[in-house]
Amino acid sequence: MEKTKELQNIESQFETFQILNEDGEIVNEDAMPDLSDEELKELMTRMVYTRIWDQRAISLNRQGRLGFYAPVAGQEASMIGSQFALEKQDWILPGYRDIPQIVYHGVPLHQAFLWSRGHYQGGQMPEGVNVMMPQIIIGAQITQTAGVAMGLKRKQKDSVAITYTGDGGASQGDFYEGINFAGAFNVPAVFVVQNNRYAISVPVEKQSAAETIAQKAVAAGIHGVQVDGMDILAVYALTKEARQRGLDGNGPTLIETLTYRYGPHTMAGDDPTRYRTSDEDDKWEKKDPLVRFRKFLESKDLWTEEEEEKIVEQAKEDIKKAIKDADGAPKQKVTDLISIMGEELPYNLKEQMEEYKEKESK
Amino acid sequence: MAQMTMIQAITDAMRTELKNNEDVLVFGEDVGQNGGVFRATEGLQKEFGEDRVFDTPLAESGIGGLAAGLSVTGFRPVMEIQFFGFVFETFDAIAAQMARMRYRSGGVYHSPVTIRAPFGGGVKTPELHADSLEGLMAQTPGLKVVIPSNPYDAKGLLISAIRDNDPVVYLEHMKLYRSFRDEVPEEEYTVELGKADVKREGKDITIITYGAMVHSSLKAAEELEKDGIDAEVIDLRTISPLDIETIIESVEKTNRAIVVQEAQKQAGIAAHVVAEINDRAILSLEAPVLRVTSPDTVFPFSAAEDVWLPSYKDIVEKSKQVINF
Ligand SMILES: Cc1ncc(C[n+]2csc(CCOP(=O)(O)OP(=O)(O)O)c2C)c(N)n1
Ligand SMILES: [Mg+2]
Repeated sequence: MEKTKELQNIESQFETFQILNEDGEIVNEDAMPDLSDEELKELMTRMVYTRIWDQRAISLNRQGRLGFYAPVAGQEASMIGSQFALEKQDWILPGYRDIPQIVYHGVPLHQAFLWSRGHYQGGQMPEGVNVMMPQIIIGAQITQTAGVAMGLKRKQKDSVAITYTGDGGASQGDFYEGINFAGAFNVPAVFVVQNNRYAISVPVEKQSAAETIAQKAVAAGIHGVQVDGMDILAVYALTKEARQRGLDGNGPTLIETLTYRYGPHTMAGDDPTRYRTSDEDDKWEKKDPLVRFRKFLESKDLWTEEEEEKIVEQAKEDIKKAIKDADGAPKQKVTDLISIMGEELPYNLKEQMEEYKEKESK
Repeated sequence: MAQMTMIQAITDAMRTELKNNEDVLVFGEDVGQNGGVFRATEGLQKEFGEDRVFDTPLAESGIGGLAAGLSVTGFRPVMEIQFFGFVFETFDAIAAQMARMRYRSGGVYHSPVTIRAPFGGGVKTPELHADSLEGLMAQTPGLKVVIPSNPYDAKGLLISAIRDNDPVVYLEHMKLYRSFRDEVPEEEYTVELGKADVKREGKDITIITYGAMVHSSLKAAEELEKDGIDAEVIDLRTISPLDIETIIESVEKTNRAIVVQEAQKQAGIAAHVVAEINDRAILSLEAPVLRVTSPDTVFPFSAAEDVWLPSYKDIVEKSKQVINF
């Protein structure tokens, strides 16, 4: 397809925003977010923790002890950086891969594991934790985000709604409807598209003729940016800005983060060698978010190997405990499932409740 | 003859029709290079080219609309919905568009689309992957709904579905994909849509079912035999339209029946079968026709599947209830 000048003009405006380059050097001093040393270290801590947790989750899954799991290694900066820009009162509407964000927003780790196992208690968000259940239906969270954001605005809460989807998710009708509604109603929403280049096996080039996902904001009349998703400072800075834009009444923002998932799509039999080359894997691993941020912190004398070791140990310990807690959850019963069907049960469910009570008592 | 799993038989049916008719196109999410998440389209892109077997952007509504549009320009799209729980995204394209194509055009256009999708419980998938939503489809005028229970039928029914001049929803129970092999002819053959199969003959009670429950029902029949009860088992194969003749003939012989489905109880296929029997053969009945189904809750996340799904024991128990009525 030969694109017209006008179109090329629009597309070329979406450059990748970066603060920290692959070598851990600041290349955009002016944009450097105002973070204390402690906060910088906290970002690294969370990324290290998440990487370990990902490895543990993968091995637990292989032992048949976890259930559904979508690996996150490679995407830590994109996930952790965007969540760090939020306040407790903000709402997150995650996809199935976005477990780190919701855990750092207050969902207990063992509950995330319960969700993985397909236990309904995994969806019982604790009081004051403004998180929706991770969405399996790709795109559904995006239109709902417009709704949550409208609700927050109407109730004059000082908070925003943020949602996550992938490069594939940005092809859904719900994506276009969601960003368009958010713009039309000028609600405080942030739409993060983690472009990890693949939707299971399908490369992003096959999803759309558009050069970037960020540019899709133009048609919705909202602000759109593309960011180096392996650069936690850049992701943090843009999300923070987007949040403020929403709160100031200046509309929603679409953020496309360029990232990569190192592992398989999920642990349910995906084989990336069928659709990716190891050259591509290598190219992306050179951009690794932990490696570059570690270099940056070391250059500022903020990080040591011993510190990192401690975090690794802590992560392993926490995960062990969380799995134990998850194991302690009561076995699911059909009568539980019936009892959460509604405030008042209709005749058929009442009868079935009796039927299954009897069955379960045997 | 070759030994094939159900998924191999499904691939073979698509290969047969891609060869037979150049207007057949296969598309959906991950069906190309990846060969589908279950490998149902394994090797087809290589054999027939990207032009005829291709990945689409991730949008079920787009996939359905594309199929509907292609179908009125002379193509026979075989579209895949990666898991049938995602049919809600494209319900409009299927139920409100393809299924009404003849009606809206006064019979001028028709929509020869095959909608393939995996579904079915017992394999521990995340939510909305396993749900039995065939009842929603069967309630839609203008759609045929097919659910094979074995490799032989899977191939013959899929070829029939692709050749059919109207939309056919073809649902593949995940638990049956690789659980056993069957003799399947390598050459082409069809199994007629709308025809049930008597899997086991018996004289005391008719067990009417489809999909994975065919196997639970056959197992139940063996158990019943130990107690001297001779059960007939009917595999509907097509749930819309029903093979009413086979059902009624059997019920008139056995005078007793139960209907077994994996789906929830309310307003399902089983309820419809019971109603048809009442309409046509009530005077042959010695007992009410009962149903074995799942309870009327949301299909549970994986951890509760085992206790939620109907088992062969439930079928045995319900059969005895009817026998001892
Ligand atoms: C509506 C819907 N369609 C299809 C799927 C099956 N599916 C699960 S993940 C996935 C690919 C998603 O890719 P992307 O949006 O890029 O996110 P990523 O998994 O790469 O994070 C697909 C097709 C689904 N879960 N929901
Ligand atoms: Mg992706």
